[in-house]
Amino acid sequence: MMRYLHIYAWLVRNSLIREMSFKANFLLWTLVELLWFLGQILFIDVLFSHIERIGDWSKWEVVALVGTHQVISQVSQAFFYNNLTQLPELVRTGKLDLLLTLPIDAQFAVSLKHFGFDNLFNSFLGLGFVGYALCQLEVSWDAWRFLAYSCAVLIGVSVHYSVLFGLSLMCFWMTRAQGIVYAYFNLFNIGRYPVNVFQGGFRWFFCWIVPVILVANVPTRFLTQSVPGSGVIDGGLGPLCIGALLCLAATRMLWKHALRRYSSASS
Amino acid sequence: MKAVYRKVFGIGLQDTFVYRWNFLIRSLSGVVPLLGTVLLWKSVCAANNQVSDYSFSAMVCYFVGVLVVENLASPTEDEWRIASEIREGQISAILIKPISYLGYRLTLFLSYRFLYTIVTLPVVALVLWFLSEHIQWPEQWWTWFFFGMALIGSALIQFFIAYSLAMLAFWFLEVSTLIFILYSFEYFFGGRVFPLDLLSPRIQSVLQWTPFPYELFFPVQVFLERATGAALIRGFGFQWLWVGITAAVARFLWSKGLKRYQAAGG
Repeated sequence: MMRYLHIYAWLVRNSLIREMSFKANFLLWTLVELLWFLGQILFIDVLFSHIERIGDWSKWEVVALVGTHQVISQVSQAFFYNNLTQLPELVRTGKLDLLLTLPIDAQFAVSLKHFGFDNLFNSFLGLGFVGYALCQLEVSWDAWRFLAYSCAVLIGVSVHYSVLFGLSLMCFWMTRAQGIVYAYFNLFNIGRYPVNVFQGGFRWFFCWIVPVILVANVPTRFLTQSVPGSGVIDGGLGPLCIGALLCLAATRMLWKHALRRYSSASS
Repeated sequence: MKAVYRKVFGIGLQDTFVYRWNFLIRSLSGVVPLLGTVLLWKSVCAANNQVSDYSFSAMVCYFVGVLVVENLASPTEDEWRIASEIREGQISAILIKPISYLGYRLTLFLSYRFLYTIVTLPVVALVLWFLSEHIQWPEQWWTWFFFGMALIGSALIQFFIAYSLAMLAFWFLEVSTLIFILYSFEYFFGGRVFPLDLLSPRIQSVLQWTPFPYELFFPVQVFLERATGAALIRGFGFQWLWVGITAAVARFLWSKGLKRYQAAGG
């Protein structure tokens, strides 16, 4: 474990050096993410200029939800996005060989090689919006809210990771797998809406099988609910934990299975 | 159509066929946000009956319309491919042939769109069938004609913008950030996320001077017969003005860029 932390510290250091040698690019990527986030806020603003509530969610609760979605997705993208979206290219060209021969777990190497600092900035921005929304909502600031929130956010990050990893593993079966990036964004697109918008089989599937709906909803509920501590389990933390663990286990198995198929092109 | 462009069209088809699984994954996963949007508006309209002058069915129609226009008219990979051809010096192979690069790319774009539409047709048909109780087909036959024209205008604007952005690869090594920045404007102000007439009239009156509303919002409005009379004429005026402007920018950037071209790797 210590060894992996030590290795990761070096990887982050390298990423920072690389990032700083392309400063303009770094700033532009930050701007890209910023624009997309502000677009979402604009949508909420437009929507709530015509209506009062979505289900029992008020405007600032939805802002907190979208902010939380931003925090979770940006943190997971900072750690994993650049690495996992590179996987299809590594497989196609056979460059994966190099990572497989390293004396560390190959899934670790494939998932965490590069750290995206531009995403980190944008997750702080999301956090800022969550904080502002909380001030508007006038909720009580007690420790457990933030403890439960942080836990749920971390579990959410692991769901993001498994979904993106699972999708990029498709590249072992299809040579050109650029479509996976769209699939990832499309799936998590619905995570920004309040959970009670969804019904029937759609809700069941995206709460229990691929829990993308719960990812941002559960932590937001912890922040905005009026009675602290109520409904920690039926509030969705239970299903979210189980879902996250199952997704992680499933993608680990899929990864092992995929590696057996790997034919190492070009070498 | 000259024989050479017919050939290019065929090459485009073959080339795109490699991506068929990508198209399918992309359009299948695209159903998820569409259903999410539909459910969101369902819940919103259940409580408020009507949002601005959209009923729930009208809203569903709008987003299905966006899906159709996007499938038919929005470039998917063109800008990335053009940029990488410039960066890697592959355009040299086209430069020495008696063919215009813009014409070559436009033909490829058309054949990509053609194949993409065919591959994703089952998904779109499924969506149409699933939501059929809400879909309102045009009452007047000429709406189809106007819709076709708005669609062509939309495809041309989007293609010329994508092409112009890719031309920046003559000056910058890395253009993907620029592509994404403009794409975010196209996404939100094109009407992809919400119908633009939900915006305040002041913002709308500014937006109508930009090319974005004519990419998705306007063609869908034409199809839903929400843009009629003077609004229709004004819409077409602006749309084809932007077709002209973006085409001119595309040609200008190409001729400027070519002077800087160093044929790297060629």
